Amino acid sequence: MTARTRGRTRALAFAVCVVALLAFPALFGRYPVRLLQEILIWAIYAMSLDLLMGYAGMVSFGHSAFFGIGGYVAALALARRPDLVGALLLPGAAGAGAALVLGLFSTRVSGVYFIMLTLAFSQMFHAYAFQASWLGAEDGITGVPRPALGGAPLGDPAFHLYLVAVAALAVIGLWRVVRSPFGHVLVGIHENEVRMEAVGYPVRRYKLLAFVIAGVVAALAGALYAQFSGSITPDAFFWTTSGEALLMVILGGTGTLGGAALGAAAFILLQSLVSTYTERWMLLLGVTFVLFVLFAPGGLVGALRGRVGLRA
Amino acid sequence: MPSLPDVLGQALNGLAYGVLLFLLSVGLTLIFGMLDIVNLAHGSFYMLGAYVGLATLAATGNFWLAAIAAPVAVGGVGALVERGLLRPLYRRSPLDQVLLTFGLIYLFEDLVKWVWGGRIRSIPPPAAFSGSVRLGSVTIPSYRLFVIAFGLAVAAGLWLLIERTRLGAVIRAGVYDAEMAAGLGIDTGRVFTAVFAFGAALGGLSGVIAGPIQSAYPSMGVSILIPALIVVVVGGLGSLKGSFAGSLLIGQAETFGKAWFPGVSMVIIYLVMALVVLLRPHGLFGRPLK
Repeated sequence: MTARTRGRTRALAFAVCVVALLAFPALFGRYPVRLLQEILIWAIYAMSLDLLMGYAGMVSFGHSAFFGIGGYVAALALARRPDLVGALLLPGAAGAGAALVLGLFSTRVSGVYFIMLTLAFSQMFHAYAFQASWLGAEDGITGVPRPALGGAPLGDPAFHLYLVAVAALAVIGLWRVVRSPFGHVLVGIHENEVRMEAVGYPVRRYKLLAFVIAGVVAALAGALYAQFSGSITPDAFFWTTSGEALLMVILGGTGTLGGAALGAAAFILLQSLVSTYTERWMLLLGVTFVLFVLFAPGGLVGALRGRVGLRA
Repeated sequence: MPSLPDVLGQALNGLAYGVLLFLLSVGLTLIFGMLDIVNLAHGSFYMLGAYVGLATLAATGNFWLAAIAAPVAVGGVGALVERGLLRPLYRRSPLDQVLLTFGLIYLFEDLVKWVWGGRIRSIPPPAAFSGSVRLGSVTIPSYRLFVIAFGLAVAAGLWLLIERTRLGAVIRAGVYDAEMAAGLGIDTGRVFTAVFAFGAALGGLSGVIAGPIQSAYPSMGVSILIPALIVVVVGGLGSLKGSFAGSLLIGQAETFGKAWFPGVSMVIIYLVMALVVLLRPHGLFGRPLK
C-alpha cells in the first residue's frame, strides 16, 4: 500500500467507527450504551497518557492529577454556566495551567525522578481535595449537571452524540500531534534524548509542551467523566486512577493511540464482567499488570501484530 | 506564639516520624542504588510488615517476636519478588521493572484485605514502653522515645555495615558499578537478591515498629509510600546520607505543618519537595543519574 491509500483506508476506518459509535444506542439497551460511553471517556484519558508514555517516553505515574482537575473544574463551572465553556473550555484550560506548573518541575528531571515527582504531585491534589470543604471534602461534588445546548440540558441521545463528537475530536487532535514534526521530535527524544539535545532541539520545551497537551486531554476526559457520572470525588485524583490509565496503555500496547483505546475497552469490559463475580478486582488488576509486563510487553496490539504479521 | 514545651514536643514527634521514614526510605535507596529501580511496592512491604506483626502478636502476645517475624517474613517475600519477577526483566528497560512493582501494590493490598479484612487495627506498644515520660515540661509517650532511639541505632548500624565491613564493600562496589563488580568475581546475582531482600526486610520492620503509632490498614502502604518517595527526592536517590537528612527534614515539616498550618498541612511536604527540585533537581545529596 502506498502512504496515500493507507491514509485513505485509515480515514475510512475512522469514519466507519464514528458511525458505528453513533448508531450503537439504536441497537443496544441502556446498560451497553453506558459501558460504551465509559469506554470512550477512559479511551480519551488513556490516549493522553500514551502520548507521554509511548511517544515522548515520559512515564507519568500521576496522570490522575489532570483527570481530577478536569472533573472538579467541570463540576464547579457547570453549576454556574452549563454550556460548552463550563463543560470543556474551562476544564481544558485548568488542565493546561496545572500541567504547565507541574511540568516546569517534573521536566527538570527524567527517569525514576520523573516517576516519583509525578506520583507525589498527583497525591498532593488527592490530599487537598480530601480535606477541602469547598470541594465537598471526601464526598466530592454530586449533582453535576450535563451541559445545556440550546436551552435544556442534553438528553440521553444528545449526550451520546456529544461524547462521541468530543472523543472523535480528541482522536483527530492527538493523531495530528503524533504525526506532526513535533510528534516525530518527541519520538526522537524518547529514542535518544542526548542526541536530540546535541542536534539543537530545545528538549525540555518539547517535553513540557507534550506534558501540557496530555494534561489538557486528560482534563477533558475528567470533565466528561464528571458529566457522565454526575459526580466527582477525590478518588479521581487517587493513585489508582493513574494506575488504571497505565494499565490500559500497557494492556493495549504503548506507542499506538489505537492500542490505548483498545486497552481502555478491554479494561472496562473486564471490570464490568468480573465485578459481578468477585470482589477481588484489585487483585486481578495487579496480576494482569504483572503478567502483561512480564509476558506481553507489546500489549494486545503487539500480540495481534505478531500473530497476523500486521504493521500499523 | 506557641510555647517552648509545645515546640519541643512537636520536634520530638517529628523526630519519631522522621526516624520511621528513614527506616523505610533507606530500603528504597539501597534497592535503587543496587538495581537502578524505584521499588514502588516498598510501601506494600511496610504494610505487610505491620500485618505479619499483627498476626504474630495475636499468636504469641509478644511485640518483640512480632518485630523479628515481620522483617524475616517480608525479607523472604522480597527475595521471591526479586528472583521470580524482577530478574527476568533485568535485560529490559528499568521502566518495566517499575511498572511491575506498581502492579504489586494492587496485588499485595488486595491480598491483605482478603486475608485480614479492610478495617483499621491497632497494634499495642510493648508493655515496657506503654507509658509516657516527662522531659522537663514536655510529656511524650515513651514508645516514641524508643522509636527515636531504635531508628538512630539502626542508622548507625547501617552506616557501620556499609562503610566498615567486607559485605558493605561488596554492596558499595555493586552500587558503584555492578558490571565491574561482576568482572572482579563478585556474584552480583546473589548480592542483588540479598540487597532487595534486605531492603524489603527494613520496610517490613518499619511497618511493625510504626504500628503502635500509626495503626494498620490495607491502604497504609501507599499512604506511607508517598512521603517516602518525597524523602528520597529531597535527599537524593541512592544516598544513605540523603535518606537520613531527607527523613528528618520531612518528619519535622509534616509535624510542624500539621500543628501550625492545619488548613494546608497536607501540601507542605510537597512544597518542600518542589523547592528542592527547583534548586537541586537530584536532591540534597544525590548525583545526576548515569
